[in-house]
Amino acid sequence: MVQSFIQSEKMKKEKMVLVPLSQVMAMAVGTKRRFAWKGKIRLFLLTVLLTLGAISMAAPFLWMVSTSLRDAGQVFMDNKVWWREWVPTSFVWQNYVKIWQMKSVPFAMFYLNSLLASVCITFGQVATSAMAAYAFARLTFPGRDQLFFGYLATMMIPGTVTMIPVFILLRALGWIDSYKALILPGIFSAYGTFMLRQFFLTLPKELEDAAKIDGCSYRRIFWNIILPLSKPALATLTTFTFMGSWTSLMWPLIVLNTHTKYTLPVGLAYLQGVHNTDWTLLMAAAMMMILPILVVFLFNQRFFVEGIKLTGIKG
Amino acid sequence: MKNGMMKDKTKEMIAAYAFLTPNLLGFLVFTSIPVLVSLGLSFMKWDLLSEKAEFVGLKNFIDLAKDPFFWKYCWNTVYLMAAIPISMAGSLLLALALNQKLKGKLFFRTVYFLPTICSGVAIFMLWRLMYNPNFGFFNVMISNFGDLIGLKLTGPNWLTDEAWAKPAFIIMSVWQSVGGYNMILYLAALQGVPRDLYDAAEVDGATSWQKFWAVTWPQISPTTFFIAIMSLIGGFQAGFDLAYIMTGGGPNGSTMTIIYYIFDNAFNWYHMGYAAAISWVLFLIIFVITLLKWRFYGSSIHYT
Repeated sequence: MVQSFIQSEKMKKEKMVLVPLSQVMAMAVGTKRRFAWKGKIRLFLLTVLLTLGAISMAAPFLWMVSTSLRDAGQVFMDNKVWWREWVPTSFVWQNYVKIWQMKSVPFAMFYLNSLLASVCITFGQVATSAMAAYAFARLTFPGRDQLFFGYLATMMIPGTVTMIPVFILLRALGWIDSYKALILPGIFSAYGTFMLRQFFLTLPKELEDAAKIDGCSYRRIFWNIILPLSKPALATLTTFTFMGSWTSLMWPLIVLNTHTKYTLPVGLAYLQGVHNTDWTLLMAAAMMMILPILVVFLFNQRFFVEGIKLTGIKG
Repeated sequence: MKNGMMKDKTKEMIAAYAFLTPNLLGFLVFTSIPVLVSLGLSFMKWDLLSEKAEFVGLKNFIDLAKDPFFWKYCWNTVYLMAAIPISMAGSLLLALALNQKLKGKLFFRTVYFLPTICSGVAIFMLWRLMYNPNFGFFNVMISNFGDLIGLKLTGPNWLTDEAWAKPAFIIMSVWQSVGGYNMILYLAALQGVPRDLYDAAEVDGATSWQKFWAVTWPQISPTTFFIAIMSLIGGFQAGFDLAYIMTGGGPNGSTMTIIYYIFDNAFNWYHMGYAAAISWVLFLIIFVITLLKWRFYGSSIHYT
């Protein structure tokens, strides 16, 4: 995947060398020259259209930022002049302090809970998936293919099918409203196992064979050869799993009752219920929720793009 | 010699099960056994509080077939999927544009990807406020635009008007998905179209329009099919998070979807058996679509 990406980059560079050449040719032939101009105008119009599109993509975010910085009383006054919709009359950075100090809503707790749950789920899922994927990809044992087919078969079953029995089970165990109920079911993923198995299969076998001859244990092969070679796939799974659990709403909503245990998504829903009309506060809180994701995304864009191409679809 | 081989095999087997155990345990406890339990539950009546579940045979499924709410919410789910073709067309157009020799491609890709990456409750909350009839982004824009051209324009009550709630959801979904995964998949597909096909078409004097329909479109059809199927599968399971935050399923159930109905039945009304039955119907729908995918993907679709 990475190689083909590099190749296509190379091809692009070669094409860029070709562009001036073709323009030189176009200078020689009058009709071609008109085409070159036409092409330039076309590209310009395209850029204008794309910019307009980008503005409409970004507009809600900008509006979110500007609302989060307004004085609560100004939200409804500021929209009389059109540009006031974007630039607050006064910048109230205090909103971002206020959300952490609300008496009725323990926002800092939501944040910690979300962080705890997302980190545990991500770590657990990547670890157990990688181990199982190694067994499926590299080791032979009775029942392997049947078992793997079982994993594949459950991947298309909607989460709601299993949600109800799992809830009943956790309730019987007395785990409802606990971190265990929040985290444990999220740790095991057939999807992660499948994705990593597919990646492990593409790794060259020679290194492992050499290690085996040297008497390396499976544990060391897994730890010292497979994992280091699979960093891109592991990073992709990590990113997608983290994002998934950070934004997950339904499961925490089902298993949590006490609001000090809420994760951010459930907490925000709760905040919306308590401070229904306090727009500046709601937007500041929402900003705080998307901020970590934004940071992860901007620094790891490559993993997203490669991950999507690798797996073909979202996690 | 033979003995040694046997020993190696046993060793490998033990290692394999050791690697597998954590995941397999979780898989059994949280996925495969629950699937069977859920199937059993769909033939029962249980309110979670009484001691025992009562076997009712096919009653849940018969009730479901006669449940007007279920059919209404099915229709809602399908209606909201109008976002899929719109968003797919948009994704393809964006991918075509970004596949040109443009400056700032990476910038555009990043900006168009932002709504996808920031999905979740925060964004749904933002859009709920943007749809506020009096002070929200859309209606302020509409009335400002009205002032500009000297007319008095008022926007609709987006989320509280039955006629507008679903279109509002569709607009939001398109905004959220147009520049996301599908665009990246299309972009990858476009980069995979062999260059010499275009060269051949140019030699034959084809216009850009003709080149698109004769070369690009058939070449990327596997991707189109793949995206359509995956969106369909996703679409049938979609609609909970945004409806929960933006409308609570209202007004008058017009934004309730199948999955929201399952949630309400199971966790608000404790109709566990009935909820399990709906989830199995949902599974059946998805299973049929998956079969379609297996049947057609790669066979009748043009593939290089």
